[in-house]
Amino acid sequence: MTNSVKIPSNIKTFFIEIGELSYFAGRFFKEVFSRPFEFKELLRQCYNIGNRSLLLVGVTGFILGLVFTLQSRPTLANLGVESWIPSMVSISIVREIGPVIIALICAGRISSGIGAELGSMRVTEQIDAMEVSGTNPFKYLVVTRIMATTLMVPLLIIFGDAIALFGSAIVENLKSDVSLVLYFNEVFNALKFTDIFPATIKTFFFGFAIGLVGSFKGYNCKKGTVGVGEASNTAVVYTSMLIFVIDFIAVFVFDIFFEI
Amino acid sequence: MKDNNHIEPILKIKDLKKSFGDNHVLNGFNLELFDGENLVVMGKSGSGKSVMIKCIVGLIQPDSGSVEIMGKDIMKLDHTELDFLRTEIGFLFQGSALYDSMTVRENLEFPLRIHKDKLKRKDELVLDALENVGLTHAIDLMPSELSGGMKRRIALARAIILHPKIIIYDEPTTGLDPITAKEIIELMREIQLKHGSSSLIITHDVDCARVISNRMILLIDGINYVEGTFKELLALKEKKVRAFFK
Ligand SMILES: Nc1ncnc2c1ncn2[C@@H]1O[C@H](COP(=O)(O)OP(=O)(O)O)[C@@H](O)[C@H]1O
Ligand SMILES: [Mg+2]
Repeated sequence: MTNSVKIPSNIKTFFIEIGELSYFAGRFFKEVFSRPFEFKELLRQCYNIGNRSLLLVGVTGFILGLVFTLQSRPTLANLGVESWIPSMVSISIVREIGPVIIALICAGRISSGIGAELGSMRVTEQIDAMEVSGTNPFKYLVVTRIMATTLMVPLLIIFGDAIALFGSAIVENLKSDVSLVLYFNEVFNALKFTDIFPATIKTFFFGFAIGLVGSFKGYNCKKGTVGVGEASNTAVVYTSMLIFVIDFIAVFVFDIFFEI
Repeated sequence: MKDNNHIEPILKIKDLKKSFGDNHVLNGFNLELFDGENLVVMGKSGSGKSVMIKCIVGLIQPDSGSVEIMGKDIMKLDHTELDFLRTEIGFLFQGSALYDSMTVRENLEFPLRIHKDKLKRKDELVLDALENVGLTHAIDLMPSELSGGMKRRIALARAIILHPKIIIYDEPTTGLDPITAKEIIELMREIQLKHGSSSLIITHDVDCARVISNRMILLIDGINYVEGTFKELLALKEKKVRAFFK
């Protein structure tokens, strides 16, 4: 194949992938509302996802709040508006930085995990084994995982945001004797419904994307151990890209509704 | 027991064709499995044996041809009917395919999920199946804690837990040492005697074929190239057939 042909063929593959991913999402919506509901497996997945990412999200959130406050402090201090720090930091973290950074962390942790797990189940014929024993593997494995990420990622993001604000409060407390109570009073004064609501809505879409892409890549994994590595790897790359796309769309749409 | 023209086969494959792109894997494969019979299908690796048995249980859609199980054409069944028909078939996968996030007990309980009445007796059924393969002590272990031979036996226990009429074995002895392989073959015979099931055994292990087969089919070039007993095939002079018995 010559170079001039290769580029269009990549583009073609890209659009085929998007088509297949949409089809996969369509199948999810078709099967999510039909019986039987795998509640036990859903709970197990929620627990796994939360348990596996809690510490990571906590540490990331804490450092994020800490660093963000330390970095913006000098500029604001120069302007003499140090008192803006709580409101500025909280609005940036809750509206944008927190959700995106933590969703990216979750993409690395959860999406790749699901991609590798389902991928190895596909390669070792465990998914086939489920199907021949009369259980719909899409429902049992994929639907539960996508639902679990859609529910858990927003919770992880709220948790991460809270820890980030706590990190920021500690910096303020050390640098300028602002008490934690005063700091959080400022924060809650600054945050409005239009800051919190759109940001929370979009986190559900982040969660959905994380579960969807991870499952898609794993469930359709190619044979061989190379396939598993590739499934987990491309899951992270695609999810990260999708998170930015969703973020862009969300900001665009909410701008129309809430004039933020 | 042996093939008998007056008795309907419980599994019948007619003119099965399947290609993946330009790779023509099956080109009109035929097979009949009779009640109580041990039928061995031999073929080189990559000759489409796994594809063939996956067509039987509806994991792969063939391009053309038909598969009848106990008189029912599986292509004409809806999802629920197919699921229930599948529970009449025990399937032992090539690499055992145990669910590695579940314990041995949960692995064995899994096929019972769609039978509400059997789910009530699950403890009894699980123990019974484990006793059949002599591994009751492994009930609470994870698959990662089992040796290759134990995995194969647990997978076999999982395949027979619903007392299927037909058991399909995909290379049951591949990847095992000769002694463990012999144990597995012995176990397959015991189970067959106890439950009176019919077996379709895919292998390229000549020893396995000699010990267990009532009848054999050689899968060559995507078709049922020759059929006969082990002795009959052994006596053939043709080069393609001789290659199997070296
Ligand atoms: N899902 C699939 N997609 C494409 N090709 C496949 C698929 N499954 C099997 N094949 C091809 O079919 C041929 C037969 O495979 P298989 O039935 O697994 O061989 P074996 O006889 O060793 O079990 C191989 O060439 C394999 O590459
Ligand atoms: Mg095979």
